[in-house]
Amino acid sequence: MSETASVLPGMKVAASRGGWLIWTLLAAAFALAPLLFRSGTSLTMMSLMGIAIIFALSYNMLLGQTGMLSFGHAVYFGLGAYFTVHAMNAVIEARLPVPVAAMPLVGGAAGLGFALLFGWVSTKRSGTAFAMISLGLAELVGSSSLILRSFFGGEEGVSTNRTKLLRLFDWNFGAQVQVYYLIAAWCLLCIALMYALTRTPFGRMCNAVRDNPERAQFVGYDPHRVRYIAFVLSGFFAGIAGGLTAINFELANAALFGASQSGNVLLATFIGGVGHFFGPILGAILVTFLQNMLSDVTEVWQLYFGLMFIATVMYAPGGISGLIMMHRPVWRAGALSRLMPGYGMMVVPVALAAAGAILVIEMATQIGVHGAQGTTMKLLGIGFDARSVPPWLVAGAMLGVGGLLARLVGRRIAAAWDDVRAMSLTHGGVA
Amino acid sequence: MTAPALELIGLKKNFGPAEIIRGVDLAIPRAERHAIIGPNGAGKSTLFNLISGLIPLSAGEIRLNGEAVSGKPPFEINRRGLSRSFQVTNIFPAMSVFENVRCAVLWAKGERYAFWRSVGGNRAVTERTEEVLSAINLQSRRDVQAGVLTYAEQRALEIGITMAGGANVILLDEPTAGMSKAETERAVELIRRISEGRTLLIVEHDMSVVFGLADRISVLVYGEIIATGPPAEIRASRQVRDAYLGEEVP
Ligand SMILES: Nc1ncnc2c1ncn2[C@@H]1O[C@H](COP(=O)(O)OP(=O)(O)OP(=O)(O)O)[C@@H](O)[C@H]1O
Ligand SMILES: [Mg+2]
Repeated sequence: MSETASVLPGMKVAASRGGWLIWTLLAAAFALAPLLFRSGTSLTMMSLMGIAIIFALSYNMLLGQTGMLSFGHAVYFGLGAYFTVHAMNAVIEARLPVPVAAMPLVGGAAGLGFALLFGWVSTKRSGTAFAMISLGLAELVGSSSLILRSFFGGEEGVSTNRTKLLRLFDWNFGAQVQVYYLIAAWCLLCIALMYALTRTPFGRMCNAVRDNPERAQFVGYDPHRVRYIAFVLSGFFAGIAGGLTAINFELANAALFGASQSGNVLLATFIGGVGHFFGPILGAILVTFLQNMLSDVTEVWQLYFGLMFIATVMYAPGGISGLIMMHRPVWRAGALSRLMPGYGMMVVPVALAAAGAILVIEMATQIGVHGAQGTTMKLLGIGFDARSVPPWLVAGAMLGVGGLLARLVGRRIAAAWDDVRAMSLTHGGVA
Repeated sequence: MTAPALELIGLKKNFGPAEIIRGVDLAIPRAERHAIIGPNGAGKSTLFNLISGLIPLSAGEIRLNGEAVSGKPPFEINRRGLSRSFQVTNIFPAMSVFENVRCAVLWAKGERYAFWRSVGGNRAVTERTEEVLSAINLQSRRDVQAGVLTYAEQRALEIGITMAGGANVILLDEPTAGMSKAETERAVELIRRISEGRTLLIVEHDMSVVFGLADRISVLVYGEIIATGPPAEIRASRQVRDAYLGEEVP
């Protein structure tokens, strides 16, 4: 990078120093997390987060970087898991000297291979045609899994035993914490590789094809070829995530390439934000966390996910990372404090409206799902009858007042933003 | 004798029943600056779309440096040394100005689809990108998203993307449309510079630009070239006056 150093010396050095700091912090976070969160459930959840991060980043290679909306990305994830399980069983059977840590590569190879196969046709076009073909392929693989029972193992899937492979450093991967570190290492490696990919000539042309495939042709690039390579590499990383899943659960079953798996990765990526590299990382962590927490407290947790997704699409299409990055210039200009009062006030109406919505959803669930067993229920320790009028009135009032207040506070925030923009404009003029 | 840089032989294009290009023959020698003028809807942009491979021919042949390129996709034609700009700005809107230009440099510098080396590692790419940025006077806007540039800046970037790969044959479709007088002058200076020693085919409505820049001019009316010749000859031509100049030039 010496050639740019001559142009912008200070900036480049600062950027690379900041870069190393971020990578070191990330590695430290991965290494130290199990010391902070020691419980079995935390370890399991953090393992799932690591897998979800790889999967979501691989998905964003398509959606955010190359502009391809896939509804069937779990195909490469699931096939990666199956091939890993079968490979592990073969290794155990033949007593080959292969450690379990290397097995995700099998998943990666499977994901890559099937992406090579399925990708050629589907990447000819982006947009609706690509989305529809991805859905069709997912159906195809899903129904094959019912036919090829010897490979896919029918309802219960195929299981394996990760402790029976070659031991390195006396780790047998019986304990979840060892599996966690295996996943963490792979996750860190995959994050670094996928990040590096964005900074290659190919990575830049992915963005060009996303922005304007027609123009890309007139600077010498075949958009089909660019999409195809992106698709294949994305399949590789999805396969690695699948392989890690197989090791984590010691099992591969048809749910892994189901529609809900494909939907989840879209959800996580979009909520995290497709416009910045780190967005899907945040999304994967958040969605995995909520999935595990919410499914403990409510049976209609998927409904809440749907609402969250809709809210993101409507109010923050850039996702969490988009919201964060929107504030970076404000923070640099030292004007973040001007926005804070409005944001602080916003907590009240949002909490109020959310509480109202939760009340409505839970009461409806009580009536609709458990109506036969009676409609008395408990929320936050307060018991009431879901068929009586008062709780509905309370919920309606919370929604109404929350919505109204949100509008008022929203105006205040918009005004604060106008101030901040005007300020940074005049500052920009000076600089 | 060397082959012409660009040769059009019996080009025809119809959209459904409508014949838009009705048999165009034109040979442009190397290093010539050639302007195409004609009324709105004459088929000038359609001609560019045919030459650059954006839309298929109905009949005829196109030769680039003696090689037949008709039927080839745009990226193949571009790799053989032909680059074009668009009448309606056609850039990479979500990318920075710098990245816009760099993407247009990559193929020409041999980077192809490389996903195993850093894009910043190729000195020649970075140098060429800087060179183009300064030529189009957008260094100070290098980190700005291309989509939020002003109209004139986007037009400059459009030319920058077109010239970045160092193509030998350059097609510019109304590069100064919508520019102020001062901006037009700067753009013409730039076009003169980048087309030095190269073959230029330019569509332009501004007659002062056309007559100041072109070695030869072709007049396209209703999909046919009614006259080709040096500026003085075209200006004097009765037929051209009647068909075109009479109504356009005050
Ligand atoms: N894809 C298309 N389908 C149908 N008709 C088209 C298509 N593209 C162009 N045309 C028609 O072809 C004719 C020539 O259009 P073209 O854009 O080439 O004109 P032009 O000479 O560039 O005009 P201008 O000076 O306004 O840019 C017009 O009548 C236009 O409507
Ligand atoms: Mg035109």
